Amino acid sequence: MRSLLATILLAAFTQFAVASEGGLKLQNANVNLSDQASLQRGAKMFVNYCVSCHSAQYMRYNRVAADLGIPEDVMKANLMFTTDKVGEPMLIAMRPDDGQAWFGVTPPDLSVVARSRGADWLYSYLNGFYLDPKRVSGVNNLYFPNGSYRALSAPYSKARRRTTGRRLKSLRNSRRSVRGPYRKLTTSAPRETSSAFWSTSASRPNWCVTRWVLK
Amino acid sequence: MSTNTDKPATLLGWVDARFPLMSLWNDHLAKYYAPKNFNFWYYFGALSLVVFVIQVLTGIFLVMNYKPDAASAFGSVEYIMRDVEWGWLIRYLHSTGASAFFIVIYLHMTRALLYGSYKQPRELVWILGMCLYLALMAEAFMGYLLPWGQMSFWGAQVIISLFGAIPVIGGTLAEWIRGDYVVSDITLNRFFSLHVIALPFAIAGLVFLHIIALHEVGSNNPDGVDIKKKKDENGKPLDGIAFHPYYTVKDLVGLTVFLMLFSAVVFFGPEMGGYFLEANNFIPANPMSTPQHIAPVWYFTPYYSILRANTINFLWIDAKVWGVVFMGLGVLSFFFLPWLDRSPVRSIRYRGGLYKTALTVFIICFLILGYLGVQPPTETKTLVAQVCTVIYFLFFLLMPIYTKLDKTKPVPERVTM
Repeated sequence: MRSLLATILLAAFTQFAVASEGGLKLQNANVNLSDQASLQRGAKMFVNYCVSCHSAQYMRYNRVAADLGIPEDVMKANLMFTTDKVGEPMLIAMRPDDGQAWFGVTPPDLSVVARSRGADWLYSYLNGFYLDPKRVSGVNNLYFPNGSYRALSAPYSKARRRTTGRRLKSLRNSRRSVRGPYRKLTTSAPRETSSAFWSTSASRPNWCVTRWVLK
Repeated sequence: MSTNTDKPATLLGWVDARFPLMSLWNDHLAKYYAPKNFNFWYYFGALSLVVFVIQVLTGIFLVMNYKPDAASAFGSVEYIMRDVEWGWLIRYLHSTGASAFFIVIYLHMTRALLYGSYKQPRELVWILGMCLYLALMAEAFMGYLLPWGQMSFWGAQVIISLFGAIPVIGGTLAEWIRGDYVVSDITLNRFFSLHVIALPFAIAGLVFLHIIALHEVGSNNPDGVDIKKKKDENGKPLDGIAFHPYYTVKDLVGLTVFLMLFSAVVFFGPEMGGYFLEANNFIPANPMSTPQHIAPVWYFTPYYSILRANTINFLWIDAKVWGVVFMGLGVLSFFFLPWLDRSPVRSIRYRGGLYKTALTVFIICFLILGYLGVQPPTETKTLVAQVCTVIYFLFFLLMPIYTKLDKTKPVPERVTM
């Protein structure tokens, strides 16, 4: 989690904590730009889960490789899933109007999202999902109430991790760093919400979307 | 070559026979006598010239890679940040330079208020300086549109729509400025042209006139004493020292300290917590989505506060129109200072309590207005802004009275150190 943020952060340096739209106080992202292993795990998460819907059109694969100390052949073998060349920017295949039709809003480009939203907001947002039966998507976010996001909640939820345990095995370290603030958050959330969250199965409609997106 | 016997047979002599090189050098540097008691406040004139040069030089390299096109402007800035060699440095120097320019200019103007530098015989120096301030505001405003982020777009949209508040011609005027019904690619193109050609030329020309006018009447000083009254047998002012080498060397010290602070911002906090580079400006301009809170960059916020403080429809005229009128008057009031100030002395050192109090209160109000301009308005904040706006204008309106009544101290014959 932390590492994911750190990756999309990269250039961001100073960010003032601001209250989120949900009115909650933001959690401290505590980004450590010198923790290269963490940054690399973040890059892995980012290309595995985010770059299917979100582009990072101003970031090139070999820029990520150079900045995070990843050899280019490792980058090509493990972090690139398309026919893109290593010198090309991180684009997506999904057309903007398709995104609009499927998600209600075109998934924004994430190249500079850490600069517009701030690291703490991103960290809180990624930790802020909970199940909400009132929503069509089945999820809601404490920090971005009633946003149209459906897919992002999955990779970071317990349930999702259970279903894709093997796939995420290698990410255990980053998971460990997630657990602390995550648990704190769910205890402050409404009780039924948090229990529903824990008992969820992978059959929820939003997980289907996610699975499809991540296929 | 027999006609030029008085010139030495050197390259300098050859040039000097054809161009007034040495006389320019002497008139403006080596034999331009400036008062010997300049203090901290006298750094900011030279520093603003340095910042202008930084802006021009970095601007040249930015234009090489920037695309003034609504579809690619935002991306080209990120391209400069990531793909252009040292592009991030050039861009941060330019963006930090914009704020630095206003910091040094505001301090430069404060100096004039402290030591009465606008008073006779320097009225024209002051007026040319105020024209520079206006040109700089236009330059900054148009430059801010170019990154084509949300704040660029909506800031321009709000400010240009202010012209629409002018009765009768307003709507047409705003359209004429934009070249469109909303801020668009056309607006971006013309602002780019004005930002990189017209206004830099205007600023350079005005700087030239500002300095020529200053060197004609001579520099003021913290005592407000006229150093030309006491001269030695060679006609050199007793309290004057040559600008070069004495003040060029002194300014180098100031410049070093300035560059340390400037670099600290450029390298460690170019966003300055969102004041130099606003967070919302990292979202590409979207005409369909208005940000919740639109605030101008910090250097315009005092005037923005004055604009917002006008909430009452008065004399059948809309509050918005009054806001525009008072915002305009807020800037223009400075032009009249030389004639509003009736005090017999220039420097604050020899003025009485009335002026000292008035100036202190004015500066505090200006800072409060600046702070309120970046805040979302609430009822209390609007009330505070209204009080500060009234005090702001009273400073100018009552100036002829309180400067006349003020109990001044005798000014010494010679400068004090």
